[in-house]
Amino acid sequence: MKRLLDMFWTFFKIGAFTFGGGQAMIPLIETEVVSKKKWLSKEDFLDIIVISQIFPGAIAVNSSIFIGYRINGLLGAIIGLLGVVLPSFFIILIIAIFFMKFRDYYYVDLVFKGISAAVPMLILMAVVSLSTSLKKSYGNLIIILASLASILFLNVHPVIVILLSGLYGVIFLGKKVK
Amino acid sequence: MSIIIKIFLSFFKIGAFSFGGGYAMLPLIEREIVNSHNWITYKEFIDIIGISQMTPGPIAINSATFVGFKVSGVLGAISGTLGVISFSFILVSIANHYISKFKDSYILKAALAGMRPALIGLILSVFISSGRESFKDFKSIIIGIVILGLLLINKLHPILIIMISGVLGVIFYSF
Repeated sequence: MKRLLDMFWTFFKIGAFTFGGGQAMIPLIETEVVSKKKWLSKEDFLDIIVISQIFPGAIAVNSSIFIGYRINGLLGAIIGLLGVVLPSFFIILIIAIFFMKFRDYYYVDLVFKGISAAVPMLILMAVVSLSTSLKKSYGNLIIILASLASILFLNVHPVIVILLSGLYGVIFLGKKVK
Repeated sequence: MSIIIKIFLSFFKIGAFSFGGGYAMLPLIEREIVNSHNWITYKEFIDIIGISQMTPGPIAINSATFVGFKVSGVLGAISGTLGVISFSFILVSIANHYISKFKDSYILKAALAGMRPALIGLILSVFISSGRESFKDFKSIIIGIVILGLLLINKLHPILIIMISGVLGVIFYSF
């Protein structure tokens, strides 16, 4: 019981203090779970992070479930997940309540006019940083353009684009990743 | 079908197909929540992205909670959040026992190699659609250029970027 509470609190801290999501959480999780609490070996931890990134969904969510299972089975997984999700949930709930009351106030609106001009640029930077880790090849460039065009001009659902590109990878790129 | 179930199912779909985490979820959220269901406006979609940058936790949870609350109050928020994490929970529960098999799976790696460039195209489409919504006047374009400059010169933390852009909004638009 004490261990479960300890685990909940650890994941709660991870959920409450990692801004920027995903990648930013990994070092913090490692410090808490591997270095301090010694719940997992470093190798186990790295395996879990690799798979958490491969799987769909948020890395923090995936890894908290994996680590929870390791520490205390199904109950551990549920508690790890709750720990990492609840801080966001409550913070956003509070913000959403205030947001709906004050969004149309003059100065709040001005602040969000500024923020909304920054958002596309943050998205553009995400594109840039993802692109730098991608191999520069005509094949990749064609997939980028095809996926962009299918959304912009053909109104294809993103799920279809993801499934088709995954299928393309399985059929044509299997040898490359070996 | 009850709205609470609809929220759950939409976010379940988002959780199940969001490979690559973070920004890679935006195209799915845009399609499901803004375009298909009209649960929030495009302006609110951009607001939520901005808010997610300032608050801790994954953007998926932030947007699920926010949208769920907006559509159907606290129950909606719970339903959206449960929806977006459910697929992860099922998948990890299955994979937990075969962790090494998944880690070394060529099929998974090959699928991801195909998806990665496609995800970049998808996120690029959100850049274009959000740009269309955000850059409607001269002032917003100036703020955008200043922010892009800051991002390129200095790798400032997103929270700082959001704060600076909020201040710029007040300065530019109150005159």
